[in-house]
Amino acid sequence: MDLLWLIPAFPLLGFVILFATQGRLGELPASLIGAGSMGLSALAAAFVGYEFVSSGETVFTQTLWSWMQVGGFNPSFTLYLDGLSLVMMGVITGVGFLIHVYATGYMKGEDGFSRFFSYMNLFVFAMLMLVLGDNLLVLYLGWEGVGLCSYLLIGFYHHDPANGYAARKAFVVTRVGDTAMALGMFLLFKELGTMDIQAALSGAQATWPEGSPVVTAIALLLLGGAVGKSAQLPLQTWLPDAMAGPTPVSALIHAATMVTAGVYLIARTHDLFLLSSTAQLMVASIGLATLFISAFTALTQTDLKRILAYSTMSQIGYMFFALGVGAWSAAIFHLMTHAFFKALLFLAAGSVILALHHEQDIFKMGGLWRRLRIPFVSMLIGSAALAALPLTSGYYSKDLILLKSWSFNPLFWAGASVAALLTALYSVRMISIVFFGEMRTEPHEHKAWNLSLPLIVLSVLALAGGWFGLAPLAAVLPDGGIDHDPYAAWLVWGTASIPIIGVVLGFFIFYPPAKSHERNLSAGVKSLQGFLFSGWGFDTLYRTLIERPFNAIAHWNRNDIVDSLFTLIVTIATWTSNLIARSQTGQLRWYAANMVIGTVIVLMIAVVVS
Amino acid sequence: MNLLGLITLLLAGGVAAWAGERLKPGVSRWISLATLAVAMLWLAFVYLSWAAGSQTNALYAMQILPWIPRFGISVHLEMDGLSLMLVALTLFLGVIAIVSSWTEIESRQGFFQFNLMWTLAGVVGVFTALDLFLFFFFWEVMLIPMYFLISIWGHENRGYASMKFFLFTQISGLLMLFAILVLVYVHWRATGNFSFDYYDLLETRPEGDLAMWLMLGFFVAFVVKLPGVPFHTWLPDAHTQAPTAGSVLLAGILLKTGAYGLIRFVVPLFPEAALQFQWPAMLLGAVSVLYGGYMAFSQNDFKRLVAYSSVSHMGFVLIGVFAFNVIAVQGAIVQMIAHGFSTAALFMMAGALQQRLHTRDLSAMGGLWKYAPRMGVMTLFFVVASLGMPGLGNFIGEFLVLLGAFKVSVSITVAAAIGIIVAAVYGLLLMQRSFQGEPNDKVATMVDFGAREMSVMLLMMAALIAVGVYPQPIIDLADPVAQLISRGSP
Repeated sequence: MDLLWLIPAFPLLGFVILFATQGRLGELPASLIGAGSMGLSALAAAFVGYEFVSSGETVFTQTLWSWMQVGGFNPSFTLYLDGLSLVMMGVITGVGFLIHVYATGYMKGEDGFSRFFSYMNLFVFAMLMLVLGDNLLVLYLGWEGVGLCSYLLIGFYHHDPANGYAARKAFVVTRVGDTAMALGMFLLFKELGTMDIQAALSGAQATWPEGSPVVTAIALLLLGGAVGKSAQLPLQTWLPDAMAGPTPVSALIHAATMVTAGVYLIARTHDLFLLSSTAQLMVASIGLATLFISAFTALTQTDLKRILAYSTMSQIGYMFFALGVGAWSAAIFHLMTHAFFKALLFLAAGSVILALHHEQDIFKMGGLWRRLRIPFVSMLIGSAALAALPLTSGYYSKDLILLKSWSFNPLFWAGASVAALLTALYSVRMISIVFFGEMRTEPHEHKAWNLSLPLIVLSVLALAGGWFGLAPLAAVLPDGGIDHDPYAAWLVWGTASIPIIGVVLGFFIFYPPAKSHERNLSAGVKSLQGFLFSGWGFDTLYRTLIERPFNAIAHWNRNDIVDSLFTLIVTIATWTSNLIARSQTGQLRWYAANMVIGTVIVLMIAVVVS
Repeated sequence: MNLLGLITLLLAGGVAAWAGERLKPGVSRWISLATLAVAMLWLAFVYLSWAAGSQTNALYAMQILPWIPRFGISVHLEMDGLSLMLVALTLFLGVIAIVSSWTEIESRQGFFQFNLMWTLAGVVGVFTALDLFLFFFFWEVMLIPMYFLISIWGHENRGYASMKFFLFTQISGLLMLFAILVLVYVHWRATGNFSFDYYDLLETRPEGDLAMWLMLGFFVAFVVKLPGVPFHTWLPDAHTQAPTAGSVLLAGILLKTGAYGLIRFVVPLFPEAALQFQWPAMLLGAVSVLYGGYMAFSQNDFKRLVAYSSVSHMGFVLIGVFAFNVIAVQGAIVQMIAHGFSTAALFMMAGALQQRLHTRDLSAMGGLWKYAPRMGVMTLFFVVASLGMPGLGNFIGEFLVLLGAFKVSVSITVAAAIGIIVAAVYGLLLMQRSFQGEPNDKVATMVDFGAREMSVMLLMMAALIAVGVYPQPIIDLADPVAQLISRGSP
């Protein structure tokens, strides 16, 4: 287990090498360093994970060095391994490695090949620091680091200003949440005098009674950070635009790992949320609202990657929902299975997009199932898991969440179940339009082992990844791992049958795909569809309320109004000086007259005063 | 050699450079570099000999010589941890300034180097003088050569900018001089002795309104220099018009003299008045953070944008000093050092761009990454550093300031924290408008950074990473002064 530090060190080293060589490496060496460092990291993670589980210990820490010691604030670079960080580490290095391998094929021949892998490696390093940090400050380092890499990779094709805009939007919107989170950290430190997570959690339990306003404030501020990073309402608008990045980036950062950081944060600080039912309810409500809204939006999208993006928002909504209703382990379980099947969906989508020369509009696809066999099967498996069809990995995790929500509040169960139906609907719609019907664009499949192998491995994981549960979580999360409460039989069967109903319904609505192509909609339905398509108008709202006024005032004041104060002084001085200068006429009688007048005035004053 | 020797060395190096240029063109910059190298070696020697010694006294060098005994004026120079760091930063950025304007200055090279070295000498004096008369003397010494740097080698509107710089500094300096004289008078009334010595005046403790007015006299002089809103308007003009070396020195060091003055003089000399003034001062800091950031966002000129961002970043220093607790004060000091590196690098970048493109206008740039990827990466790095990325120095500074300030005022902290969001907005926009976006064919001939420029950039990069992952040396060096200001409050 002493090798724990190597796990983040490998990708960091990969980044440093790729950075130092400034893109002079060829594609093969760059691939070897980029993906190879990830392979080593995954190996080390497997080794450490094996040792950790077989040692029977529940916690392992490793202190690297003291970051600083100032006024009682003593954060150190300490890595903290327990069941929760073990699961996260496994997902990041395992899925991360597969995506890196895939990317060596996907990015072939692109400009900036080595730059791409340097950013990817840096991302994995930051993500590992996020989940391994023992201290909120180290977590925050990873938190901001992944945000930076997300920015860099969304804007990877930086010659197109639209990508730059999407990248900045992602960074700035998430930073709004990050700032709330930082304030939460300040408040925590002010109250408890530490930022060590474990010390803070036990301190919180010892200090505050349940429902104390301070702990609610801290939990809500941390939730602010989680909401931004995980693209939940109201900070969700950046994620669909983030699809501007290369597809492996969407798979790694905007599906499998970074966007689930918020879920990790809440699970990690669960003791704070347990102390505040207000914060708990808030988490559940935000999750419910997001999963509901984005499932509807996914149903109307025409861009393959945007469908997946909204689907990701929706699935993370399920994780928040799960955290809120107290299904802690199920949330992390769903995080893991989602990482498998959503990474699979994105990579399969990437193969489709690559075969169609970067065409992303699903209505220009169609009939691809005969020609793109591996992507088709992968997408089928991924969609089945996404819809939570029985026996797929997604079923095990989502089912647990839905069942648990029933005991929290049946209304919450109903909302999440409707969205589960919608999930099946949009999955069927996507598969039907992309792979069946008339072929509209001739595909050119890129056959390469590094493109197929990750799809195959991830397909297996998406299918079977849920069969074994997640034992290591039991020691960490308050619900004692994945529980099997006895639920009423009708509830169990009812919940399990929702996705099946959805698929059947979807089949009737969206098959054959020609139905989706030629639909005569009434004006009312069209405007509703437009509203849903735009993601419920949030972008317009923020543009009108924030962006436009911000820009307008900046433009109006670009010359700095404060400076006019000083300019005014200068103007007055110049004006007075001119006035006085005018009295210097050079005429003797003018001076003589002035002297007489002056003397008279002075004498008069003297008389009056005396 | 001692502290006076160090200052004399810099002054003499300046004279030698000016004279040397007449004998052999091109030699002056080498003379300057050599002088700075000697000065740095001396500094390293001073530190190491202290470290090898007993380490009991946190004073690295000191010197007292009589100057005008009749008025209690002496040449009293001291170097504690804070001064040591700032002098080291001064010498380092001096080298950066010389290297970054290696090919930029074509006329009167010798006189240019002379002014550069005299500015540095003045700054070193400011950072070490503990006699208030001497301090004021150095305060003026650093101003005048800087005025020449801007007015002779500046850009199109240099006359206006240099005059504005001179007037702002001079008028506020006058307030300080007046406050110093009154303070000495109060001391004389109390003790019967004339003394301008720091330690004597520390005991003076004027009371009530008088203390407040005297404190404000110092405060305004230092806040103009910092600069804080609303006294910041000289800075964008001076920076924009100054030659690269001038901007590097202005942003990297001269602004820090303002922060240094607050830490060394305002709070220790007038502790009660400063405490009373805590809320307005912190508010001024928060306004600077937000207003400076917002102004940076609206700029079209690369240098003006960076200049306004300095207003924003130095606002954190103001908040930190007046939070009166160790964490925030240490944050302010780390911020001074980190901002010195990051902003100096960005100004160097602005200068390099202007030299290549003959414009600072961002709307004439765009897509430069394609032609100059090394410059692109470096700009990216320093932009990311200045928007407060953890792992780099500026983050430590701003985070500690906010962490400490939170204990004092939640609303000020929230306002300043919003400034961090604004920093991301303008920082990334700067990156977008210069290096990203549609490549512009008009600039296709642009030359990327060579080894000379890369090596200084990498040095500053290494410095920011070092401060970011292990700021402890700075914290330790600044500890005595941080304890003094915060009076033990963590």
